[in-house]
Amino acid sequence: MRFNLTRNDLHWLGVICVTLICLALQGELTWMAKYPKDLILPISDWLNAIMDWVVTYLGWFFLGISWLLEWPIKAVRFVLNALPWSVTAFLFCTVAWAASGWKLAAFTLLALLYMLVIGYWSESMNTLSLVAISVPLAILVGFIFGVWGFFSNRAERAIMPMLDVLQTVPSFAYLLPILMLFGFGTVVGLIASVLYSFPPMVRNTIVGLRGVSPEVIESGLMSGATPAQLFWQVRVPSSLRQLLLGVNQATMASLSMVIIASIIGGTADIGWEVLSTIRKAQFGESLLAGIVIALMAMVIDRVTAGLAARSGDYDPDDKSFAQRHRYWVVALLGAVLFFVLAQIIGILNEWPRNWEISPARAMNEGLTYLVVNFRDQIETIKKLAFFFVMLPTKIGLQGAVSPFTWGFELTLPIKIAYAAVMFALAVWAASRGRAKTGIAILLFAIVIYFGLTGMPWPALLLICAIAAWKIGGRALGLGTALGLGFIVVTGIWPEAMLSVYLCGIAVLISFTLGTAIGIWAAHNDTVSTIIRPFNDTLQTMPLFVLLIPFVMIFKIGEFTALLAIIAYAIVPAIRYAEHGLRSLPENVIEAATMIGATNRQMLWQVKIPLALPVMMLGLNQTIMYGIAMLVIAALVGTNGLEQIVYIGLSDGDFGVGIIAGIGMAIIAIITDRMTHAWSRRRQEELGLGVE
Amino acid sequence: MKTQRGDHNEIKLSCRNVWKIYGAQPGQFFEGTQGHVADAGQHADTIRKADHIVANADVSFDVHVGEIFVIMGLSGSGKSTIVRCLSRLVEPTAGEVLLDGEDLLKKSNEELIDIRRHKMGMVFQSFGLMPHLNVIDNIAFPLKLQGIDEAERYAQAERVIELVGLEGRENNFPKELSGGQQQRVGIARSLAVEPDVWFLDEPFSALDPLIRKQMQDEFLRIQSKLHKSIVFITHDFQEALRIADRMAIMRDGAVVQIGRPIDLILNPADDYVREFTQDVPWERILRAEDILEDGVSQSADQGRVSEGTLVETLLPRLAGNDGGVVVEASDGTTLGVATARGLAAALAAGCATDSSVQEG
Repeated sequence: MRFNLTRNDLHWLGVICVTLICLALQGELTWMAKYPKDLILPISDWLNAIMDWVVTYLGWFFLGISWLLEWPIKAVRFVLNALPWSVTAFLFCTVAWAASGWKLAAFTLLALLYMLVIGYWSESMNTLSLVAISVPLAILVGFIFGVWGFFSNRAERAIMPMLDVLQTVPSFAYLLPILMLFGFGTVVGLIASVLYSFPPMVRNTIVGLRGVSPEVIESGLMSGATPAQLFWQVRVPSSLRQLLLGVNQATMASLSMVIIASIIGGTADIGWEVLSTIRKAQFGESLLAGIVIALMAMVIDRVTAGLAARSGDYDPDDKSFAQRHRYWVVALLGAVLFFVLAQIIGILNEWPRNWEISPARAMNEGLTYLVVNFRDQIETIKKLAFFFVMLPTKIGLQGAVSPFTWGFELTLPIKIAYAAVMFALAVWAASRGRAKTGIAILLFAIVIYFGLTGMPWPALLLICAIAAWKIGGRALGLGTALGLGFIVVTGIWPEAMLSVYLCGIAVLISFTLGTAIGIWAAHNDTVSTIIRPFNDTLQTMPLFVLLIPFVMIFKIGEFTALLAIIAYAIVPAIRYAEHGLRSLPENVIEAATMIGATNRQMLWQVKIPLALPVMMLGLNQTIMYGIAMLVIAALVGTNGLEQIVYIGLSDGDFGVGIIAGIGMAIIAIITDRMTHAWSRRRQEELGLGVE
Repeated sequence: MKTQRGDHNEIKLSCRNVWKIYGAQPGQFFEGTQGHVADAGQHADTIRKADHIVANADVSFDVHVGEIFVIMGLSGSGKSTIVRCLSRLVEPTAGEVLLDGEDLLKKSNEELIDIRRHKMGMVFQSFGLMPHLNVIDNIAFPLKLQGIDEAERYAQAERVIELVGLEGRENNFPKELSGGQQQRVGIARSLAVEPDVWFLDEPFSALDPLIRKQMQDEFLRIQSKLHKSIVFITHDFQEALRIADRMAIMRDGAVVQIGRPIDLILNPADDYVREFTQDVPWERILRAEDILEDGVSQSADQGRVSEGTLVETLLPRLAGNDGGVVVEASDGTTLGVATARGLAAALAAGCATDSSVQEG
């Protein structure tokens, strides 16, 4: 063990030496600092050529599908817009009531009234009509793939990586090919939304069908079930709850993609409303529209989650027909009643224009007042974050420290002092038996001094590949090297580093802050109760909406993007930390208490080490959320890969956009595999159940 | 108390040289043998050395019509696997399973489904109820799969509901019932198709001790009405004693001993069986017929008891009377004389180690 450790450490020391050599040589050998332009593989051109060919020769096929799919969307759209609002609202409330009770019904009513009064009814209905078509399609596709994966291991091995790619490729990136194949229009949103939302259904279907207890299967077999009976009458009903969870997740994913897809325009839906108002800097309007989306997401989430939770409650069926079908009866009678009433009373049919209230103007004025009066404070916050956190990470201390920003020059003695202090720290840590910490300090010191963009790419590639190898084995190390190699040879390395830098800072802050809050919540029920609804809301919120408040105050820029990413990525960090600490084995805690551990000892020496694997899963999710939000943050002006994807989308440059999208997916998948591998290994070492 | 004793010899179900091997290529060890091997223990060792898992090794036994055949073993002894081999929920690697003389392993899937629908019933340890069906639909589920219409299957289900005492619970869902009640549903469901062979896989192991005893009584009551041919799996030796007509003890996938409970107690095949039997409260198991002493003359003042009398009630009389008591069969014929010496001899056979016998 000890020998292994030292060999490991020697590997790392070797890596540090190579890094330093690279840094020393990059002045001479410029290819190290910047991958030479001549050697960039023109993959994007090839991709564009392929796409052109497909569009030219097979375009008719995709346009045909597009034309076919257009009809059901139009039909639903027509119905939802033509029905008196009171009928639609009543039906939605009835569904909410059936799913979860009168409280949700009341909430639904309030949400619908908000849409009506603010004047976004028809935009909301347009969004809903797209969701209404995409969700059943996604569920059907997801269920079929899930069943296939359940019955065939080979199919599962093929399906799972495909799902990974679909869920990690930035959403803007796969709007691109769809846009080129299916042409402009609502169908693009529909197809993108189906592609984005069927993976969770596949996963839940497989998990659900697997989870049916073997005795239930055996009792089905012993009852003489044929294979078909066993599937439809035993497996499917027994896993209904999990299947409905899949429906819930698919619906939420569908809604969020429909909103994102409105970026291509021409949809007259609520997502478009948010985007166009942000672009015109009408923040009041965009916030009002954003709230519509948030309300919609909350209602849809609660309704589908309610259905899943209720699927375990079965009513005794010794009741009359009307009682058993009371929801249908109420829905039908109410709909007819409101339809008739709406013909008589105009307000119930169409909400009068002059009854609409829009506080947008007042909000804009308030915001202007706020921004003008607190300009100094806002600027200070921005500057502090920029000069002391973001800039050093990006271009390193060597670039960031100047009399103008830090108040002093980075002279040679200071440089030497920095190196000496860091080196001494590392040696001190190593001498206390913490060689790994020492090495981490050295690497950190080097990266912070030169900045992510100032590091030669061969050194970073080597560090990542070695880390992956140490954590997840040879295959992961090799995969990491190949993946990063792809990013290098396609010439998107500099942008990739910008993405990593922004996302990295955001993840670090989210994880630290989130874990701290999670620890607090794990020890304090009140905090836990207060935080939960916030988390729920942040998590169900379509990503666009989160940008709005930050862009209102801090305007466009990387700092706004950073805050938006943190707001979204902090949720899993909080959740997993709290969950990990709360679900520790009781007997260990009791044993530690009886040994006489103080609260502090209990936390640092018992609870956190045991909960660490779960917290690492939280880190994993924090990174995934961070990357998802980073993609959207391209809208407020970032410079990384996400921006290339976004530009590729607006220019219709398939090759460039897709390459950048794949680059982001590579980064996401590598970090996902590494954190997962670490967590799994740690959990096995601790003898805890692997999740 | 016993409803049937092992006095009927018509065989219902027969398990012949059944092997179940898990591993990469389980079939390779039995090419052309049908499970017949000269030395089963050695063969099992060979298989284990080849990195395969032996779940069942050369298991053979017969289940007679109307008898309760208990298979007892600790966890990992292969008892659950063997009952699944009997119903082909698990496909045996080698051997034969004969139901009414026909080899079950040669049946096609369709035939098997038909057999399960009409001839077999099974009760599971964790009940295996359908969570989405209420009590009556759970019980009628096998009938529904057969395509029987609603009115008829409810009528049939209602009959078994009465049998297991679940009247009034028809519309409850499994999760609203206690463990004991859930298992009643499981029992009712397995009986709904009126099977000939009834498999019970540790049916009462998940229940509290008091409920368990109640359910055992209930089970014996039901069996006294229905006379099914039963294979009952348990890890609880006391439970096996209470209900078995005959029992098999399993260890490491193989059968160690088969016999009536009393045979096992009085003549344990090896130390492993003796481990179980030595803590048995023998005074509640031994009957007058088991402690007869050979060559003792009868006299008028000895008194007479029936063969099934528990030794527990005889003890005072044996203690006070060297001559013993006369034991008679149910038809009045004299079987012999039960004496204190006979009792001691019976106990010695069950408890003594070889060395102490030699000393005597």
